[in-house]
Amino acid sequence: MRRGELILLPLAAVLVLAGAWQLAVMATGTTIFPSPGDVARGLGELAGRGILWSYIGDSLVRVVSGYLAAVIIGIPFGMALGWFPILERIVNPIIQLLRPISPLAWMPLAVIWFGVSNTAPIFLIFLAAFFPIVVASMNAVHNIPPMYLQAGRNFGLSTPRLMAKVIVPATFPPILVSLRIAFGIAWLVLVAAEMIAVDSGLGYLIIDARNAGKRYDLVVGGMLLIGVVGLMIDALFRWGTRTLMRREVTE
Amino acid sequence: MSKVEISNLSMRFGSTDVLRDINLSVREGEFVCILGPSGCGKSTLLNIVGGFIQPSAGTASIDGVPVTRPDPRRIFVFQERGVFPWLTVDENVAFGLFRLSEAEKRDRVTRYVQLVGLAGFENAYPRELSGGMKQRLEVARALAVNPDVLYLDEPFGALDSITRLQMRRELLRIWQAEKKTILFVTHDIEESVQLADRVVIMSARPGRIRRILDIDIAHPRDLSAPRYIQLRDIIFSEIGLAHQV
Repeated sequence: MRRGELILLPLAAVLVLAGAWQLAVMATGTTIFPSPGDVARGLGELAGRGILWSYIGDSLVRVVSGYLAAVIIGIPFGMALGWFPILERIVNPIIQLLRPISPLAWMPLAVIWFGVSNTAPIFLIFLAAFFPIVVASMNAVHNIPPMYLQAGRNFGLSTPRLMAKVIVPATFPPILVSLRIAFGIAWLVLVAAEMIAVDSGLGYLIIDARNAGKRYDLVVGGMLLIGVVGLMIDALFRWGTRTLMRREVTE
Repeated sequence: MSKVEISNLSMRFGSTDVLRDINLSVREGEFVCILGPSGCGKSTLLNIVGGFIQPSAGTASIDGVPVTRPDPRRIFVFQERGVFPWLTVDENVAFGLFRLSEAEKRDRVTRYVQLVGLAGFENAYPRELSGGMKQRLEVARALAVNPDVLYLDEPFGALDSITRLQMRRELLRIWQAEKKTILFVTHDIEESVQLADRVVIMSARPGRIRRILDIDIAHPRDLSAPRYIQLRDIIFSEIGLAHQV
C-alpha cells in the first residue's frame, strides 16, 4: 500500500463503523443507547464544563504513578530474582501465587489500607504492572546467553562492571518489551481502579455517568477516550522502543 | 618449561566420566588442535584449562601456576555468537581494555580492527556483519587484550564451508603475526590437519587421549600433498573411519 492509503484506509474503516453505529441507532429507535452525534455532544459538554482535560490528566497521573512505582521496584527486584537462584527459589512461589489474582480482587483491601485517597487506585495499577515486569525481568536475566557472562568474567570484569556492561544491556531489549505490555495492562485496570475512592478520572466518568443519570453518551464517550489515550501512549512506547533499539534489533 | 601443562586430569559430572587421565604439554607459541567426536569432553577440557570449570582430579597449569579461575591473559573465543550485539565493532574490540588509557585503547582498537580485516566497519553493529566478520570481531576482541594463550572452541562451526576455509587462513596469518599459544577444539579432521602443529586425537566418552600426532608440514599447506593426505588418513583410521562415504 502507498503511504496515503496507509492512513486513508484505516480512517475509512472508522467512518464505516461510525456510520453503521448511527444506522443501528436509527433503525432500532433506541432512546437509551447514544448515537455518535450524542457522544460527540456529550464530550463537548464535558469540555465546556472544563472537566474533560482534568479527568484525562487525573487518570494519567494515577496510571503513571502506579506504573512508575512498578517499574522502579519491579525491574531490580525481578533481575535480582533472576541472578540469585536461592532468592528465586524462596520468593518465586509467592509471586506465582499472587500473579493470577486479578488486581480488582485487591479493591476491598486497598480501601481498608489506603481509605478514600488517590493511593488506593494507584496501588491497584501498581499491582497490575508489577507482576508482569518482575517476571519478565527475571526471565531476561535467565536468558542472557551464557557466553556473554563467560566473556565478561574472562576479561576480568568485577561484578558491578559486569552488571553495567553486560547484564543491563543484555536484558534491556526483553525488559523494554515487557514495559510496553505492562503499561497496556495498567491502562486496562484504570476503570476498575477509579471505581473506588476517587471522584475524577476517565474510569470515574464512566461509573459516575451510569450511576448518576444514566448518561450513556458519557459512558461511551469515556470508553472512547480511554481507547484513544491508550492508543496514543502505546504509539509513544512503540516509537521509543524503535528509537532505543534501532542499533541492535534482532536479526 | 612448557606453556600449558595438563597432568593426570580427570573430570566427572555426577556419575558420568567425561575426561579420564589427560596428560598434555603445550609449548609456548604452539598451535594445538584437540580433535574428537561430539561428547568426548574436548570442550570441557578447554573450559577447565580456561578456568571456568574445576577438574575432579589432576591439574591444568599455565607457566607452572595451576589454573583456578578465568584470567584475561588467556582468552576464550566462542562461535561468533559471543560478540555483544549492543556494541559497535570498535566498542566490542575495546570491551576488555577498560584498564588502559583512552589513547592506548584507541591504538589497540585500531590495530586489531585492521589486523582482522574489519577496517571500514568500526561503527557497524554485529547485526550488520556476516558470520565470518562476527567471528573475526570476536578474535579481535580477544587479541586486543594481548593474551598469551587463546582458546578456540569450534570457532568456525557455524560458518559456511567457503568462509570457514578463509577463516582458517586468516587465523594462521594472525597466529604467525602475533605468536600466541593456541588451543583449538574441533571435530573436523581436515581442519585439524590444516591448522595444527600437533593434533591431539581423543576417544569418545570417557574422553582420553588416543594419540598425539605431529603435523610436520610447513605453512602454507598444500591440501593435495601426499604428506597431508597421509597424515589425514592416519587420523581417519585412528578414529576408526575407513575414509569412505
